[in-house]
Amino acid sequence: MTDNQTENLTENNVVAEQTATPQNDIATADKVMKKRDVDAVSKKQTVGKVFVQIGLYAFLGIMAIIVLFPFYWMLISSVKTVSEYNRTVPTLWPETFRWDTYTAAFSADGLNIGQLFLNTCIVGIVSTILSLIITVLSAYAFARLEFKGKNILFAALLATMMIPGELFTITNYITVSDLGWLNTYTVLIVPFLVSVFYIYLLRQNFMQIPNELYLAAKVDGSSDLKYLWKVMIPLAAPTLISITILKMMGSWNSYIWPNLVANDTAHTLITAGLRGHFATENGIPDFPAQMAAVVLVTIPLFLVFLFFRKYIMRGVSRSGIKG
Amino acid sequence: MAKTTTKNQWKAWLYLLPALVILAVFTIWPIINTVRMSMLKNYNGLAVVGGGSFEFGFYNFKHVIEYDGFTNALGNTLLLCVITVPISTMLALLIAVALNSIKFIRRAMQTIFFLPYVTNSIAIGMVFMAMFYQIGGSATNAPDSVGIINNIIEAFGGTAINWVNMGSSKFANMTVLVIYIVWNALPFKILVLLGGLQGVNKQYYDAAKIDGTSRFRTFWRITVPLLSPMIAYVVITGFIGGFKEYSSIVGIFGATMGPTGTDATNNMNTMVGYIYDSLKENNQGGASAAALILFAIIFVVTMINMYVSKKKVHY
Repeated sequence: MTDNQTENLTENNVVAEQTATPQNDIATADKVMKKRDVDAVSKKQTVGKVFVQIGLYAFLGIMAIIVLFPFYWMLISSVKTVSEYNRTVPTLWPETFRWDTYTAAFSADGLNIGQLFLNTCIVGIVSTILSLIITVLSAYAFARLEFKGKNILFAALLATMMIPGELFTITNYITVSDLGWLNTYTVLIVPFLVSVFYIYLLRQNFMQIPNELYLAAKVDGSSDLKYLWKVMIPLAAPTLISITILKMMGSWNSYIWPNLVANDTAHTLITAGLRGHFATENGIPDFPAQMAAVVLVTIPLFLVFLFFRKYIMRGVSRSGIKG
Repeated sequence: MAKTTTKNQWKAWLYLLPALVILAVFTIWPIINTVRMSMLKNYNGLAVVGGGSFEFGFYNFKHVIEYDGFTNALGNTLLLCVITVPISTMLALLIAVALNSIKFIRRAMQTIFFLPYVTNSIAIGMVFMAMFYQIGGSATNAPDSVGIINNIIEAFGGTAINWVNMGSSKFANMTVLVIYIVWNALPFKILVLLGGLQGVNKQYYDAAKIDGTSRFRTFWRITVPLLSPMIAYVVITGFIGGFKEYSSIVGIFGATMGPTGTDATNNMNTMVGYIYDSLKENNQGGASAAALILFAIIFVVTMINMYVSKKKVHY
């Protein structure tokens, strides 16, 4: 026990003693305490409770408004006319709605967001499928199979998680240039197929599945692969869904690497395309058009969140356990 | 039995093969190569093709540290970390405690506070930029629109501030970034802290209630100590994330990393931004040195955090 904890303990004891003395008095007085007094006390407590609750809701309400305001501003700005947006006194609800900001985002001379969607979906889907296969196989090896140096290898992999990704990017850029991969789907998919974090997550999940199931399957003469497919994967489905969603969202939100290695029309990913398109504007930016594009990039994320809320929050908070 | 073990050994390595091949090329080799490049004076891709040779030593590190653009980026990054981590942790803790003490519309509230997590930090950065941006106007004329945030400030009797436009102060830029980064960092922290709070044994609070302990004291004496592992976790990840801050700045200011009229010596660039700039200029030696410095800082800060939490955290 550290000094600090001892200190806390003694302090707590002092507090306990201080409160104990009046409590003894109360204990004797308790017998003569009438129901009327009890009611008065509980009434006072209820009033206090109501005030605290009002305070809590007020605080949360204000914070919620602050959190939501950017989304609200983005939505209403996207349908305003430029002249209404640029007014000295802002309007909190659009006077006239215009939708050509949205159609403009899809046009080929504009942001060409349809093409960006397509590119991002191809990269997202292919890399998620390949990544899942690799993650499942590795997690299975670490969780169920025995081999020399297993623990050392696993610890070494976990240690690489501490290194910032930028350190890899420098060399990876040279590597992919040498391989002639610039402006291909390969360059957007292959370097990020293995995530040590996902392997770790799935391994923990696999380890929870009782070994008896494995041994029973062995006795029945089923192969490792069959066991993996028929037993392990269905049991670990929630984790696999979490990984799928996080990986897809990762492709959707990745900016640095795609911006560095893929700039042609057929391979630009959505985030890099969005930022690049609105970066070179001269004079007053057309904010309604920008906001419409931002809405189009944000809505798919919200839809995924709406349908897979449980899995996303689980995946995110699960990373909190390792601390 | 021995035979099956050997067979299994083979099988295990076969299962691991795809992962290990990719890790070897895109993770292990970069670690070695980064250290190598950082130790070769002025190492760059073009000179390698030209058949140049490089002096071995710590030149790149010395050069990077003495360069204004790097010290500016380092200062910005440190400042952002030191300001945003305490603010977002404190705010997340208050919101989590408040969420934990209400029943009505709690789930809806939880969803609202998680929303910023499922957004694209570049896209929403552009929204923040729009909210702070002044439209029109020049040195002599007042702007047409001062931006919604300034409108709100004026509604409360304040005066409009030039937040992100040309000629804005570094303090104003930093404030905008801090607001955005805190807004962005809240969901994860609230989620982790709320998860922790729900696991706290209610008996502690019942005991405090019987003793008539004040809410404030209950918060500091019971909630904070019991949540300390989660607090330590969000602080450590907050610092690591803070040192890697980059896309928030790109979202708000674009790839120039600052308002018009600023350059590498006084813009809002960060460590990661500096690494990418060096990379784009084909200065792999400098980029490697900067990346190793970044790693060293993250490593030291994480170790300090872990040491402190070992002493203070109540398990």
